[in-house]
Amino acid sequence: MSIHIRFDDEHLVGRDGQTIAGVLLGSGRRSWRTASGDERGIFCGIGVCQDCLVTVNGIEGVRACQREAHDGDLVERETR
Amino acid sequence: MRVVVVGAGAIGAACALSLSEAGAEVVVLDRSGVAAETSSRCEGNILVSDKAPGAEADLAIAANRAWRELAERLDADRAAGQPATEFEAKGGVVVAFDDGGPALERFATSQRGIGIRATSVEAAQLRELEPHLSEAVASGIHYPDDAQVQPSLATQAMMAAAQRLGAQLRLTEVVGADHAGGRITAVETADGVIAADAVVNCAGPWAGTVAELLGGRLDIRPRRGMILVTTPMPQRIFHKVYDADYVGAVGSSDAALQTSTVVESTPAGSVLIGSSRERVGFSPTHTLPPIVEIAAKATRLFPFLADTMLLRTYFGYRPYAPDHLPAIGADGTVDGLFHAAGHEGAGIGLAPTTGELIAHAVLGTPTSIDPTPFLPTRAGLGAVA
Repeated sequence: MSIHIRFDDEHLVGRDGQTIAGVLLGSGRRSWRTASGDERGIFCGIGVCQDCLVTVNGIEGVRACQREAHDGDLVERETR
Repeated sequence: MRVVVVGAGAIGAACALSLSEAGAEVVVLDRSGVAAETSSRCEGNILVSDKAPGAEADLAIAANRAWRELAERLDADRAAGQPATEFEAKGGVVVAFDDGGPALERFATSQRGIGIRATSVEAAQLRELEPHLSEAVASGIHYPDDAQVQPSLATQAMMAAAQRLGAQLRLTEVVGADHAGGRITAVETADGVIAADAVVNCAGPWAGTVAELLGGRLDIRPRRGMILVTTPMPQRIFHKVYDADYVGAVGSSDAALQTSTVVESTPAGSVLIGSSRERVGFSPTHTLPPIVEIAAKATRLFPFLADTMLLRTYFGYRPYAPDHLPAIGADGTVDGLFHAAGHEGAGIGLAPTTGELIAHAVLGTPTSIDPTPFLPTRAGLGAVA
């Protein structure tokens, strides 16, 4: 089954059970956070490094590698 | 002229760089690595805001100017793959709660007298500088010249620059020294003897121990300082923001736990929260009390931090002298032995001018700074802390 999420202004399709990081990687992205001009994304992939943080449905600092993607999620890039 | 520098922290790296630039053959010894201890376990402060008029303030003002040129040079000259120093002239905002305003204003007035830029800011302007600051803060002082580097990267950059000028780095431990006619002639290490025309002790909190191993004497003690690191977030803190009681905590000789709020954000997005001062020797245990106290006080300054997750905490041992001034210059007893240690929480900031003073002491190169107040032979170093 597929699920649909929004990442900033884009519409992405993932598979049911994928993490948000999984959907973002599956859409060809390698980074989705900006820290002082540097691109950040998956580093550890196991919830430790906090590099893959995104805002999900208005909640900041969500680890994309740990949060399962749900149909209708609004995911936003965080920029420092 | 071969100079052996003991310690590859910020002070050792800065001394190695200054000595190499002046043409000396430099060998740097460290038992663990570049910036392996205090210089990677601090905040990278380059402050003028916390200095009361006096010798250390003069050194800090000169160092603050020197860092701007040095960081630019280190960043421009770096090798492929070497990170930047992350020098940020972010400025500092010191705030006062309750009735602390007048004392802070008096302190700032005394600093203006020696040329430190310090602008008084009222509540409305404070909100412009720091929109997330607690409503309970009534007034503050803006210090535009306060700056910061990523201390580990900046130390590595200074070391790399010294190495490009021919300095050698050896990972080994100092175990003793050879002397002839009251003069140090060699450093004994775990891996052999290294002949030296001069030796500079930059061993930070271990500088007292190293001084003894080298036949000299220096009273430098460790003080533990704790720092909390939050998970990365969009930028909400724009300056180095601290509670005016920080100034008192640094200058104090009290053995008990003292904490004072210092909050700032890093380029990676984390917020660094300090600070504490504890005289517990080199103990790594019982760190929960400072963590709890620092966290509680930080939320008083920035209430949003209450809902923030901590990623980790770390601590370092700050080297301090009984009279709270760094010891820079000749040992006085052993010819050829020099010290550069005891900078407490200001070692990163004072590194370039310390290097300049050491090059002056060892090689006779010119300096615009009066070395007298910092000489290890001064009376104050024998005082009871």
